[in-house]
Amino acid sequence: MKTLLTTEQFKITLQRLAHQLVENHLSFKDTAIIGIQPRGIYLSDRISRMVKEITRAKKIDYGKLDITFYRDDVQARDIQVPNDTDIRFSIENKSVILIDDVLHTGRTIRSAMDALIDYGRPKSVELLVLIDRRFSRELPIQPDYAGHTVDTILTQKVKVYWEEKDGTDEVVLIDKV
Amino acid sequence: MPLSVKHLLGIKELNTQDIEQIFQTADEFKQVLQRPIKKVPTLRDTTIANIFFENSTRTRLSFELAEKRLGADVVNFSASGSSVSKGETLIDTVNNILAMKVDMLVMRHSASGAPWFLANHIDASIVNAGDGTNEHPTQALLDAFSIREKLGDIKGKRVAIIGDIMHSRVALSNIFCLTKLGAHVTVAGPPTLIPKHIESLGVRVEYNVKKALEWCDVANVLRIQLERQHKPLFSTLREYALFYGINKQMLDSLNKKILIMHPGPINRGVEINSDVADSGQSIILGQVENGVAIRMAVIYLLAGKKELE
Repeated sequence: MKTLLTTEQFKITLQRLAHQLVENHLSFKDTAIIGIQPRGIYLSDRISRMVKEITRAKKIDYGKLDITFYRDDVQARDIQVPNDTDIRFSIENKSVILIDDVLHTGRTIRSAMDALIDYGRPKSVELLVLIDRRFSRELPIQPDYAGHTVDTILTQKVKVYWEEKDGTDEVVLIDKV
Repeated sequence: MPLSVKHLLGIKELNTQDIEQIFQTADEFKQVLQRPIKKVPTLRDTTIANIFFENSTRTRLSFELAEKRLGADVVNFSASGSSVSKGETLIDTVNNILAMKVDMLVMRHSASGAPWFLANHIDASIVNAGDGTNEHPTQALLDAFSIREKLGDIKGKRVAIIGDIMHSRVALSNIFCLTKLGAHVTVAGPPTLIPKHIESLGVRVEYNVKKALEWCDVANVLRIQLERQHKPLFSTLREYALFYGINKQMLDSLNKKILIMHPGPINRGVEINSDVADSGQSIILGQVENGVAIRMAVIYLLAGKKELE
């Protein structure tokens, strides 16, 4: 097991990501943040809170998207009960920032973009991830903002621990048994 | 598969976890139905046949819409205008449909037990859209879902089911579903329309409709099933309306605002008056809206792993 981000690095990385977003989007007037269920939510919750503090905005359009109905693994489908999708604003003509914790094959993001398009036509879509598993893409999808980039192999798994859920902020790389 | 059953034949076979998962999934599908693009592509690899051996407006349209919104391919079969009139048996009819690579069946049949019979003879998943006077599980699920939407947790809520209980599969499925979820159920109507020993299902019997309304939080009003009665069970429709019909004065005389439900189709002026059916306390059209979401949830949760050939 290898630690990719210690608790301190975790905090600094998140701050850096939030500042990068503000650097590119400034007031967030026409920008929306959307977190991908189930695990991207912890990251998107924190980032949207930080962005709100930095920009001192009264309100930022923030939503959660569940992609269960857009998955591409139809044949070997493991039917799951979906999580909440909660998007209470229109994404029409907004710059959308999709947020997920780990970018691996890119299939989840592909599903998320299809789901998003069914809500309207965003002006642009950007991707923010905490961990980019660099050379394991199965689709041509790359992050616009990445917390930390790692080279991993298929038999490894990246585990992200969150203070709210697991008691600590940490990212580790483990070998799948 | 998250559901404990392979088919949805009756509420009898579902456990409370199944019902809760259906509700949670239906919540999400209800969201999908509010969007401009009311579809998801999740069942685009599934073909579903709706085989209706009995008339229907709501249920049939509701299922068809649910299936299309899930992205599935849909074929419809109604008994009239099919080879059933030439004497083709149920199993032959179904096997012919399945030979065309249909993955799931939604069936309504006039014989109680027909879906169970079929489930023993075919591999595909079956959803019971109503069998004789036995069960109508998706109706009960959407009814309970509608109550939960307006009043919160079903546990402890008082539900009165009023009308032709004896011939009603909606009543039976509702009784099973509500009692499973911990509600208190009273059935009310003329003694000729309430089966003996129905208390053994865990419900109270009340022959005075006004008393039932005073007790309940929600009244589910049933249609008089004229097409199912083979002998006269009350004198006239007008007398039924006078003694057992729900009217506005009765509603207004209660000390609280109860919800009014009806599975449809409504016999206006018989079991329920227009000023009740169209009032602010009626959630009848909301039930219909929820029906599509519930059916989407049921079909989605049943469309599990398929055997790769």
